[in-house]
Amino acid sequence: MKSWKNKLLGFASGAIFALSAGSSWAVEIEYWQYFFEARVNAIDALIEKFEAENPDITVKHNTFPYADYRTKVAAAIPAGEGPDVVQLFYGWLNDYVDAELITPLPTDMFPPEKIEAEFFPMVQAMKRDGQYMALPTAVRSLALFYNERLFEEAGIENPPATLDELVESAKKLTKKDGSGNITQVGITTGMNAQDHHWWREVLTRQFGGEPYTDNYQNVNYDDDGSGAAAMKWYTDLQNVHEVTQAGFMDEPQAAFKAGRAGMHIDGSFRIGALEKTRGLKWGVAELPAGPDGTKSNYSSYWVNAVTSKAQGEKAEAAQKFLAFITSDEAMQIWLDTVGELPAKPSAALTDENKANPVFGPFIEGLGYAKTTIFANESAQRQVLMDATQRIFLEGQTAEQAIAIAAEEEQKILDEYYGE
Amino acid sequence: MSFYANLTIKQKQVVWAWTFLSLPILFYCVIRFYPTLNAITLSFQEWNLLGDRTWAGVDNYAKLFADPVFWKVFKNTFIYLLLGTPVSLVLSFLVAYHLDKVRFMHGTIRALYFLPFMTSAVAMAWLWRWFYQPVPIGLFNNALASVGIPQFPFLSSTTWALPSILAPAVWAGLGFQIIIFMAGLRAIPQTYYEAARIDGVGPWTILWRITLPLLKPTIVFLVVLSSIGFLRIFDQVFNMTSNNPGGPLNSTKPLVLMIYETAFDSFDMGYAAAQTVVLFVILLAVSLAQLYIMRDK
Repeated sequence: MKSWKNKLLGFASGAIFALSAGSSWAVEIEYWQYFFEARVNAIDALIEKFEAENPDITVKHNTFPYADYRTKVAAAIPAGEGPDVVQLFYGWLNDYVDAELITPLPTDMFPPEKIEAEFFPMVQAMKRDGQYMALPTAVRSLALFYNERLFEEAGIENPPATLDELVESAKKLTKKDGSGNITQVGITTGMNAQDHHWWREVLTRQFGGEPYTDNYQNVNYDDDGSGAAAMKWYTDLQNVHEVTQAGFMDEPQAAFKAGRAGMHIDGSFRIGALEKTRGLKWGVAELPAGPDGTKSNYSSYWVNAVTSKAQGEKAEAAQKFLAFITSDEAMQIWLDTVGELPAKPSAALTDENKANPVFGPFIEGLGYAKTTIFANESAQRQVLMDATQRIFLEGQTAEQAIAIAAEEEQKILDEYYGE
Repeated sequence: MSFYANLTIKQKQVVWAWTFLSLPILFYCVIRFYPTLNAITLSFQEWNLLGDRTWAGVDNYAKLFADPVFWKVFKNTFIYLLLGTPVSLVLSFLVAYHLDKVRFMHGTIRALYFLPFMTSAVAMAWLWRWFYQPVPIGLFNNALASVGIPQFPFLSSTTWALPSILAPAVWAGLGFQIIIFMAGLRAIPQTYYEAARIDGVGPWTILWRITLPLLKPTIVFLVVLSSIGFLRIFDQVFNMTSNNPGGPLNSTKPLVLMIYETAFDSFDMGYAAAQTVVLFVILLAVSLAQLYIMRDK
């Protein structure tokens, strides 16, 4: 009996010794992102490559549903429990930097001048005191999706290049039943989806304005009149031209997927979902230009950052991994699997990518895209949703609705920036 | 050990009682009282979940009472309560009263009424959300359109969105209330009814003089329970208007949804905690008031 116990003890101590010896030369780091199948596959493929190149590092990949992701990250990182390398939406970074939960990327491994030369300029928003805090693998922009079958049926040859053409095409694509109910929209609309970005960064600029001043701390679209003009054009699609209906088929992308919408403005992240839709023939075009030919676009991105949890050799491993997933090679893998555009012109603006009928328009859009710096994205979106609702349901004019919206949004900004 | 041995049997019983009681007490302290007190403290602080908590005095409350959205939401919450509770109680009483008299397929009918209560609120909310859609996908509007009647703006109208959300919520809770009412009806001794019939009393008087007074404990229980339910309504609203959280121009937003948005969209934890404290006070006041009004004299 006794010898049996001794044996077991020996086994146990041997196992512990072996395990602790193992951990001294293999560093394990943890990577977090939200669950989206293509993204998970892309990171899994990248981890496999990375581990093959760095046999002394293992990367544990953890994902959470999108709806919970922000809360999970915000709860885990301050508790020192979460990931070593984490994916954050660019708009969240400020709060994490202020709370000192993100370690700056060391300048010897990530020289700022090199990043500025190589990455798209919007990435410069990730710089604090001469050091970069985080880097993206991919960026996304907006474009106009159009249903090729419906275009053919309506006898339209090319996707609209200007806003006027967009209205004309939309009229031809709209279908109504006997009692005048819309059964097919020319273009989908919904401020709750991507339209608030389209309105903010594209339409207001095309109507001659500058939506914000002071590095997005001051609302400007009411002062220069562009907001009201852009809002009138946008709501006229429904009120005057009757080519759309907010909330048609519940969600804009659902209407487009079901083949009940001629045109649909959405981000590059939608490509993957549309590719899987059987029987839908669709094309992509750049966002239509404004009355004076102005082109604009909205770009957003997710960044990778090293958290304060990673210390010592873990920090080194984390930085190595971050450098790997933001390399040109990783970006191409990301583009091929996820459909999101590389964050570096050198990887994005290859002739092959530019000529690609699907990615091409998005990549062109990146060249002139703006990135809104949000204080509170959902609250700022709500302001614009309320403005359109006041026009549709309460009969306000665009000027009235925009005056209220500007005041509400300025209040959100002032509160955030502590004025 | 000798200390324990020296105790009297009475004292030993006390020791054991407290030993067993300590577990739920500990549970309540850690899971209930500590977070509650913490939330009350948080309502006087500012916190974005990431950084340190900083004291803000009564700023959060001042902001809350000056916020027009809060007063809109406050009003909505009470509309849910004042519309939902009476409607659901009258409906469930009517069903229970008549179902009690039905013998034919009694069990099946009762099960059918109870079925929605067992269904997940989220699945049901989405189904109703699709029912309410405009042409071409909404069931109700397609039916209207097919007979040439104009579409009805269920969820997209500031007037009708709230009742449209309330309807499935009432329907879902009906089964439970019917079962409780039926149990209450069965508990009334038959002798009262026999005595009334011998005296030649009409059915209306029986209802007003015998059935309803004797159902009072059941009614109190259901009023308190369903009031708390409607004051905390969330699932239906959140899922039926997730495109436009809280309906067009906040016309359907209840207090709980506002708390959720403040906490998990804006990450303004202090402000959300202040709203939670207000909700807590309302729930407490409504429950106490109802118990007081409907107490036995």
